[in-house]
Amino acid sequence: MGDMVVVRKEGLYCVPGDFYIDPWRPVPRAVITHAHGDHARVGHGHYLAAAPGIGVLKSRLGDISVDALDYGQTVVHNGVTISLHPAGHVLGSSQVRMECGGEVWVASGDYKVEPDKTCAPFEPVRCDTFITESTFGLPIYRWQPEAELMAEINAWWRKNADEGRCSVVFAYSFGKAQRILAGLDASIGAIVCHGSVEPLNRAYRAEGIDIPPTVLVSDIDKALLRRALVVAPPSASGSTWMKRFGDYSDAFASGWMLLRGARRRRGVDRGFVLSDHADWPGLMSAIKATEAERVIVTHGSIPTLVRWLCQNGLDASGFETEYGAEEEDEAVPPVAGAGPAGDAAADADAAVSKDAPHA
Amino acid sequence: MREFARLYADLDETTSTTRKLDALQAYFASAAPENAAWAVYFLAGGKPRQAVPTKLLRQFAIEYAALDEWLFDESYAAVGDFAETIAHILPPPTERSDIGLAEWMEQRIGPLRGADPGRIREALFGYWNELDWRERFLLVKLIGGGFRVGVSRLLVTRALAAIAAVDSKLIAQRLMGWTDGRVKPTAGGFLQLIAEQSAEEHKLRGGQPYPFFLSHQLAAEPATLGEPADWIVEWKYDGIRAQLVRRDGQNFLWSRGEDLITERFPELAAARLPDGMVLDGEVLIWQRDSPMPSPFADLQKRIGRKTLSAKLLGELPAVLCCYDLLELDGVDLRGLPQHERRALLEIEVAKLDQPQLRISPLVDADSWEALAALRAGSRARSVEGMMLKARTAQYGVGRTKDVGIWWKWKIDPYAIDAVLLYAQPGSGRRASLYTDYTFAVWDGEGEERKLVPFAKAYSGLTDAEIAQVDNVIRRTTIEKFGPVRSVKPTMVFEIGFEGIALSPRHKAGIAVRFPRILRRRSDKPVDEADTLDTLKGLLEAATA
Repeated sequence: MGDMVVVRKEGLYCVPGDFYIDPWRPVPRAVITHAHGDHARVGHGHYLAAAPGIGVLKSRLGDISVDALDYGQTVVHNGVTISLHPAGHVLGSSQVRMECGGEVWVASGDYKVEPDKTCAPFEPVRCDTFITESTFGLPIYRWQPEAELMAEINAWWRKNADEGRCSVVFAYSFGKAQRILAGLDASIGAIVCHGSVEPLNRAYRAEGIDIPPTVLVSDIDKALLRRALVVAPPSASGSTWMKRFGDYSDAFASGWMLLRGARRRRGVDRGFVLSDHADWPGLMSAIKATEAERVIVTHGSIPTLVRWLCQNGLDASGFETEYGAEEEDEAVPPVAGAGPAGDAAADADAAVSKDAPHA
Repeated sequence: MREFARLYADLDETTSTTRKLDALQAYFASAAPENAAWAVYFLAGGKPRQAVPTKLLRQFAIEYAALDEWLFDESYAAVGDFAETIAHILPPPTERSDIGLAEWMEQRIGPLRGADPGRIREALFGYWNELDWRERFLLVKLIGGGFRVGVSRLLVTRALAAIAAVDSKLIAQRLMGWTDGRVKPTAGGFLQLIAEQSAEEHKLRGGQPYPFFLSHQLAAEPATLGEPADWIVEWKYDGIRAQLVRRDGQNFLWSRGEDLITERFPELAAARLPDGMVLDGEVLIWQRDSPMPSPFADLQKRIGRKTLSAKLLGELPAVLCCYDLLELDGVDLRGLPQHERRALLEIEVAKLDQPQLRISPLVDADSWEALAALRAGSRARSVEGMMLKARTAQYGVGRTKDVGIWWKWKIDPYAIDAVLLYAQPGSGRRASLYTDYTFAVWDGEGEERKLVPFAKAYSGLTDAEIAQVDNVIRRTTIEKFGPVRSVKPTMVFEIGFEGIALSPRHKAGIAVRFPRILRRRSDKPVDEADTLDTLKGLLEAATA
């Protein structure tokens, strides 16, 4: 039997099942791992997604033909048994398990190993072939526990509030924003959300996720802003919308903020290292837990991860996908052109390598 | 270490001067004096010698993290900073310690210098396991000798002045020489630094220089400065700014970077000066019978040498071209107006009557137009333009304007249109972006015509331009050599530089000084970039 999943120009394609996973071009049947824009696009004939994510998916894609599958529930399509399993990335995110002729493949979508309060925790699924993302596929990426990080965010907020200064956290509207909200200490001050964040808060609350009370900036007494924390998408940075907050302190929440260079390019006061993706140890433990002998690496540090996995005895290769093409998720670093090391040549230890031309 | 790492993070994470100042004051107010002494040393720009070779640090980090070399290299390429790479690839610590900075420097890091690799390995593994990533980052920086903090010396001075409740000029004075490396930071030294002003202040000075008074670039028309008569006009020399200090029967020559460079210039070490004298000027190579100084390239030949042969000293004699007198008979003259200091300087230098102490001549002209005409001939005099010093100016501290001003009125740089040929990623803020470029000009005719590299430059573009250029580089890469990419010649830039000299070490046979990007010439096709002949023409004109 050939490979169960291959890359076509439309997206990842399940050959025996005749359906696509997170396709980037319109197709008749699409399984959607989660509702971020680079994975969930409009124009497909029919959608299948995990039940907790249906609300968000519909709010973003409008009136689509979609079937909901509970986590772990199976459905058979063209002889392929499909089930969805939590990926711990955002609300309703899932890994797609496909079984056919005794062989099991799992496509991870985006995933994060550390559990958080806003979505079902990542579930390792045993398989023969695991298709993994590699956004933070370098050993420099190690996240500190979320509780520690939220304590830092709350401490920063409290300090600003005590000094009468508004705190602004830039975070992607879907997922990251709600994770921060869920960890805030609402006793410090009011919580203001940008207009693009608020609809997602509603979708999360509708799924029973505990998000503290939030208001739009138009609905708050201006005097309260000095102790408030504002959650806004990165695109709001530098816009006129920011002017109303006066002398504020700003922060950017993203895995990329681990590096000083990226933080300084962002030009914010603080960088909080908070990611919805697996860090290096997370990728390693997730891959190991699947017990897969074959691993296919998608978006991020493909060559690096492939080489490392091969070196560690796995049959690894890469898939070129179009994920991470939009800046709404942290799948791409926060500055255009500033790609991670993925394609940068390796030997950077010497300032100029020996055979390099000199001026 | 924890306190200092916290301070470093606070300084690193904000661009706000007020918040940096707050962080510095909070640190100095609470740190133990022996630790604060070392912190001042580093914050003021002190650079200790490397305690462990980079190669060993890298090797042990790779071993500790159980990774491969290539994976370390990939990580380094993404991070753009060696210490930061190590800080992040090591697994989390299993222990915690809180040992002060002084103990780290003196008991733990110091003894690593020259120790055998086995001993270094054991020590590093132990240290790494008791520090979080911020502290590890600092540790590697401190060990590797490449530590730099994003804080100006002026700010450190202000923070110390606030803690000590004394004038910041006094702190600046006391800080001179702190970073020399021959002086060990101590608790006593720190307490003296923040002590009340004493009548004995002068005696505490030792061989230390005064804070250098720095000039500002004149961007406006000189006519906006009022009458030429209100200004003392001199040539702007292209050498090493230095103070020659004579105290306690000894000469001390300090560079602007506060390095003691006396030993490199035996002529100046041997100059006969009365005790309690400080001269400010420019170290230059100046042939005895020459009307003008030799080009900077000649000075470089001396700076580069470890040992100075009698032959070299004979061929390339150094002088101090004096332009200010800061101390006479042990009295600080910096509060006097410029013209009074100048008058005293002329008398004193004449009295000294030594060939290696020249006086910087005044440029006389009665109008700005006449001065501008003289300035146009700067290159023929081997100078960079003019200095305009307010007659009433006191000698300030650093780049200040509060007690008077010095303007540098430089000639326009040379400019040439060149083609981008090679690129490599920058570091720090520019990590993983292609920001360092090699430029080439055309050489030869017809079929034989080829591009010859002549300069490297990395400054001068905005972030948006860098992103565009980075993108083109990635799309037009021909080959990769390690971190360097050769690209298809498609982009032309206007490259500015200050000087030009023959150089057998460069492919083009020519070396330029201070090359930088002036602008991208999107309007200019690659074929129309300048030629090596244009460069040679500039060189001939400069040496004519």
